[in-house]
This record gives sequence, C-alpha cells and structure tokens, in this order.
Amino acid sequence: MSLSPLLAGLQKEIESVARSYGLDFFPVVFEVLDYRKLNQVAAYGGFPTRYPHWRFGMEFEQLQKGYTFGLQRIYEMVINNDPCYAYLLECNADVDQKIVMAHVYAHCDFFKNNAWFSKTNRKMMDEMANHATRVRRYMDRYGVEKVENFIDLCLSLENLIDPHSLFIVRERPPAEPAEPPRSARRLKSKEYMQDYINPPDILAREEKRIQEAADRKKGFPEEPARDILKFLIEYSPLENWQRDILSIVREEAYYFAPQAQTKILNEGWATYWHSKIMTERCLTDAEVIDYADHHSGTVATHPGRLNPYKLGVELFRDIEERWNKGRFGKEFDECEDLQERSRWDKDVGQGREKIFEVRRFCNDVTFIDNYLTEEFCRRHRMFVYDFNPKTGLYQISSRSFREIKLKLLFQLTNRGLPFMEVADGNYRNKGELLLRHRFEGVPLRMDYARETLRNVQRIWQRPACLSTVVEDKPKLISFTGDSFEEADLHEPAA
Amino acid sequence: MILRIEQDHHRFKQIIRGKIKQDLRKYISRGEMIGRRGKELISIPLPQISIPHFVHGSRQAGGVGQGEGDVGTVLGAAEPEDGSGQAGDAPGQHILEVEVSLEELAEMLGEELELPRIEPRGKKNIVAEKSKYTGIAPTGPESLRHFRRTYKEMLKRSLASGTYRRSIPAPFIIREDKRYRTWRQTILPETTAAILYMMDVSGSMGEEQKEIVRIESFWIDTWLRHHYKGLEIRYIIHDAEAREVDQETFYHTRESGGTVISSAYRLALDITRTDYPAQEWNVYCFHFSDGDNWSQGDTQECVRLLREDLIPTVNLFCYGQVESPYGTGQFLLDLKEAFPEEEAVALSKIESKESIHQSIKEFLGRGR
Repeated sequence: MSLSPLLAGLQKEIESVARSYGLDFFPVVFEVLDYRKLNQVAAYGGFPTRYPHWRFGMEFEQLQKGYTFGLQRIYEMVINNDPCYAYLLECNADVDQKIVMAHVYAHCDFFKNNAWFSKTNRKMMDEMANHATRVRRYMDRYGVEKVENFIDLCLSLENLIDPHSLFIVRERPPAEPAEPPRSARRLKSKEYMQDYINPPDILAREEKRIQEAADRKKGFPEEPARDILKFLIEYSPLENWQRDILSIVREEAYYFAPQAQTKILNEGWATYWHSKIMTERCLTDAEVIDYADHHSGTVATHPGRLNPYKLGVELFRDIEERWNKGRFGKEFDECEDLQERSRWDKDVGQGREKIFEVRRFCNDVTFIDNYLTEEFCRRHRMFVYDFNPKTGLYQISSRSFREIKLKLLFQLTNRGLPFMEVADGNYRNKGELLLRHRFEGVPLRMDYARETLRNVQRIWQRPACLSTVVEDKPKLISFTGDSFEEADLHEPAA
Repeated sequence: MILRIEQDHHRFKQIIRGKIKQDLRKYISRGEMIGRRGKELISIPLPQISIPHFVHGSRQAGGVGQGEGDVGTVLGAAEPEDGSGQAGDAPGQHILEVEVSLEELAEMLGEELELPRIEPRGKKNIVAEKSKYTGIAPTGPESLRHFRRTYKEMLKRSLASGTYRRSIPAPFIIREDKRYRTWRQTILPETTAAILYMMDVSGSMGEEQKEIVRIESFWIDTWLRHHYKGLEIRYIIHDAEAREVDQETFYHTRESGGTVISSAYRLALDITRTDYPAQEWNVYCFHFSDGDNWSQGDTQECVRLLREDLIPTVNLFCYGQVESPYGTGQFLLDLKEAFPEEEAVALSKIESKESIHQSIKEFLGRGR
C-alpha cells in the first residue's frame, strides 16, 4: 500500500532532517502493511518472495500467535537493498511511524556505509525472487518432497561459511607451475671434495624436508577450508540442481552474515539517531509521552539478557562524549587519578566525527574490543553470569571488567558459532571428509553435532568425520552412512 | 505483492502433526509462549522444529547481562537443553493451556480419518460478503467513531500540550483525536446444509447405545460444521411414533415401546419438504437404531419411502446400526438388500465404541 499523504509528508521531513545530520543512505521505499501481511513478510526475513519452505511457515506461526495474544509485535523492518525497503505497521500511531522512519534511515545509512556490508548484494530483493523461481522449478521437476528434503540438509549446514573470506584472498591462484626441486641441490665440487662441500647428513636432512613439503602439498584442501559450503559445492558428487540449491543457501547465508556480525552496532546506531532526530527536531509537544514510552521499551533491560539496542546506543553516546572531551590517547590512559579522569575535558569536539568513523569500520567484535571501557561497565552495572551445575540455575558470577569483555567478545567472535573447518577431503586416503572443530574451551552440543554430521555425510556421500573435544578428551566421531562411530584421538587429526 | 506463506504454514503444520516428513519428527520440540488472560497465565503451545547445526553446548556458555545484584545472585533456572521456549515470568503458577479450537479439531479429524474435503454443492455460486471490524484508524465515517479511543487521544493530547485543566476538564476534540473502527470484507461462499438426526429410542436402546450415537453425532457435527457455515440441525426421535425434539431431549430420552421406523422417515420427509427444499439445501440424514423394526411390512414401507421420496431429495442418507443385546439387527440387512449400489446411501454397523471411528469413515469417507 502506498503512503498516505500524511505519512509521505512525515517521510519527507524526517529524510531531510536525517540528511542534515550527515546521514547518507540509499533511497528508502516505505510500505504500509497490516499486521498479517507484516508477519508474512517478516517470516520471509523481510522479503516478499522466498523459495517455499516450511520454516517460513514456522516463523509465521510464531509471529502470528505472538501478535494475536498481544505478546509481541514488529515495529520496524528494513531490508539492506538499493533502494532500501522498509515496512510500517498500518495500525501504529503517527508518532510510532515517525520513530520507525528515523530508525530506518539510520539503519539504511549503516547498510550503505559500514564496511562489513560493502560486499553484500544490493539487489537482493531481485536475487531472492530469482532463487524462489529456481527452487520452484526444481520442485516442479523433481518433486516438492525431494527438493525440500535437500533444502533441509543444506540449511543444517548454512552457518558453515567464512564471512571474512569476502575481504581476504584465502586461496591464491596457483602461481607459475614452478617445478619444485625433487632432490637436494648438490653444489658442484671436485670428486675428492664431495663429502666436504655436500655433507651427507645435511643432504639427507634437506631431502627429508623436501619430501615433507611435497607431502604437505598433496593435502586436500591444501589449507584447512573455513568456507565448508564452498568446499562441498565444489567437490561433492551432487546433481546440478542440488549444487544450485546448496549455492543458493550459501549465497543467502553470506547476505545475512553481516547483519549478525553488526547487531549491537547497527541497532545502537539506529537507536542513537532515532532518539536524536526525534528529541531534537521532529517531536511535537503532544507526542513526547508516547515517544518516551516506546523508546524506553526499546532500550529496556532484563537481567540475564543483553539488549543490543541499549548496549549499542550507550556505547555510541559514550564514544561521542569521550571524543568530545578528549578522553582518549596516552595521556588520558595513563592518568590514574579517578577524580581527574571524571573531570577530564579538553574540549576537542571530535565526537560526531568519531562515531561516524566507528559506524564505517567496526563490527560488533571490534566495537566492543575497542570501545568498551571499565568505567562504562561499572556505570551500566554489567555482569557475567554462568550456569551453576550444582543448583541448575544461572547466577551472576563476576563483575570484573576483564571477564565481561572476554565473555562478550567470545559470544560475538565468529557470530558466537564454533569454528569449523574442512581439515581433509581425502581422510584416511578413502575419500572421507574430516571436519575439525577448533576447540576454544566450549564443547559442541553433541546431539546436534551428530545430526549435522549425518547431514554432511548425505551431501558428501562418503563417510564424514568430525574431530572435536568431548568431556575434555579429543574425539573423532564418524558417520559412515548408517551408523556412528566414536574413537579417542591421541593426536589432533591432521 | 504475492505472498505464499499459507503454503509454507500448512506444510509446517503437517510436519508437526506427523503427516509428512517423518524424519523431521525428532527435531520437534514442544515450545510455548506464556501469555496472560486476565489474571491467569496461559500457555500458548508453540511447536518448533529446530534444524540441527554445529553450535556450542548452551549450558556451559553463560553470558553477559546488565542490572543489579551481587555475585551469586540467581537469575533464573536453566531450560532443559532439549526443549526450547521462553521462560515464564512467574514460575510455579498454575498455567492453563489454550485449547485446540473446534476448527482445528475438525481439520485433524479429517486428516486422521482421511476424509476428503467436502465440495459444497448447490448454491456454491452465491457469495456472501461479510464485514468484520478488525482495527482502528484515524479516518472514517462519523458513525463508526470509537468514542473511548477518541476520548483517550484527546486526553493524551491535552495533557501533553498542557491545555488540560483538572478543575475545568472541558474536553474538546479536534480532528486528529478522532479514531474510527475499520472493517474488512471477506467473501464467503454461502453454503447451506442441514442435518437430520433420527434415533430409535425404543426399549431396546440402552444407555451404551445412546452414548455411541452421541459420540458419533458429535464428530459428524464437528466435521460438517467445519465445511458448511450456517449449519442447521434437527433432531427426531421415534419409537412407535416419531416426533421432533431439541438437542437435550434427543440425547437424554429413554422411551419404551415398539419400533416403527417408517414414522421417523415420514417426519423427516415432512421437514425436508417444508424447510429444506433440495434445490437449495444440502441435507444429510443420519439414522441410528438397533435394527429391530416392528414388522417386516413396515420395513417394506421404509424402503419405499426412502427410495421414492427421501433419497432423491437429500445428499446422503446414513444408517448406523448400533449393536444391542436385544435386537435382531434385521433392518440393516434389509436396507443392504434394497440399496446395494445406491450412491447416496451409507450403511454402517457400529459394534462398540471402538468402531465409531470406522463408522464415521464409512459415512463421510467419500466426500458426499
């Protein structure tokens, strides 16, 4: 539904205010939907067309029930695309629509300018529709059940990608096929000097090194592959339609990955700007109370749950203040007088500039790593909680800055997922696939891991193995196609 | 915008009910949402299917939070690792489950018994428009103004702008305050169906027999109601004589006396002729008896009535014979002989409660 004249007017106003603050965004198209349509679009991850799959129906049921029983509602939804699409709930009051619009413009600025989004497809709306068409065609040809079952398999592996690979060249194309030396190089010498110029023990050592290098070269993949999906697409014995579906799933995973990597930053940025735009420029007197009510709902905290809106917006404000007052750099860091620190104000006024820089270059990990300070943690009463196996309860375990930061960073690194990689595509020289879990201290959820391994095997079609750590012991779990085997690993699997 | 969520939703529900894709069954968890109805907490069942991924075991993980409390302060109980769902905000209270609606029940019944969907006949082209108030909007006709919402908006505005005086709360409403009901029109194909239940209440029909009839007619009711909006139901009981009764009496009467089945059919015929002419109504007749008719002559009469008058005017005539220690059960055999191939006649023998299921299938299974 197109915008009513009132909403169109509001959009114009907010857009120009946002621009005047220096926000830089794609054109934004707002659509007004009733709750049912909004829930439908939300179930599809914001896109009007996706391939058919039951999990969208599951999402929809949850949203629908949540709305019907008055437990949850979606206020805002915005799609990273050029132009940006955003949705407004028809029955929201005008002041809500204003908040949403301001929030959306900030998100859109973030999508356009944050480095982590720079490689995303800006025509994803069309791409998703194309994916849908392709999947539907396969369903017509090969049967709904068959295709859907395969999608289920792929979705089980959808997080096995390497979001950083978009920015780094992981595999260099093979350089000139230089023939590697096959044996140790001998220096030219007279017969009687031979043992002296080319000592046999050194030659032997060199020989061994070359042999080892040659062995290593034979590894497949040469380096452990983090983009497991790509590896499977390239090397699994799949049919063409299956390969295509797997690559569709992979492509969509890459599209959504930056959103998971920048949740705190992105929501913080949008909250910062909606509050600034509304309170400084756009609120009318009559709207103040409703605005305050809804804004406080957005940034409310619950014990045991971290609100990314709250953490993000407060960090941005903290950064702005610190850079306005010059609370950074060597001199400030070395100052140990708390009173002086709290009075510190060099009036440098770089705050605004700094937060724009942060939104351009950071993701959640670097955001927390660089800008979460001890003072901030104390001021916001942050804590770490842990599961206490004796009581079966979650308890506050520490308020130390170090631990808070470690825990947060751990949760955010690699989107909170375990590091998985393909270690060997020809394991035991039998064409088996070896996946390695790089153990970081937290074990895998084993029932899920087994089921996922089963799905890997179905795609690889040869036994699939997983090396991980179970109850502090390195283990090798294999799925052969009809049964699981578990063995102790004495050395890390190569 | 073309949205196809309905398909996906339907498919999800089918998986949950175990109709398709059995291998996903092990991933289903019985989640719930905790809602509120008045003062009570209610549990809204929210089944979920979680596709397995490589993830960290959650219990060990813990996290970062924000708020008051010392080291050791308890935040809440852990959820069992195999179930998902959100923790309620007041644990330990008695929680009611939201019941399954009859609509859903009928849907399940259909799937369970593999009943086909009934295609409405008759006036299927006649379409009724139905409007329903679904929301509130800032514009609309004055006649639909929502007074309370408007008044609230007015109060909010005048409080916020400081024009409100407690001593003289002279309210004035401006255009922006006004709120109106909005409606949506849905198009319903109007179908009209009537059910006639006939029951033999002669001395030989005991409590157990009646219970069987009651259960069976409840389920038939549910199924037909699911397919026809505006269902009309009439009840007839008979021994040696037939009369029309209300639902209460139908299920609770115990008469004694002989059995003259044709009396019931005659009454049924009268009702359909006067109230439900065949060209406009889908009529379903269900007759339950123990099959012990008074005389062979009356049975002949019944067959004649059915063949010449009743069956041509109804969609379906069902006869369910409840097993009874006293009856001979001859009537079913007679009907079988008289209507071996008749499309609109369904005959069924209900031996015990367990065979109700089978009998419903025989009655409705062909989607008549």
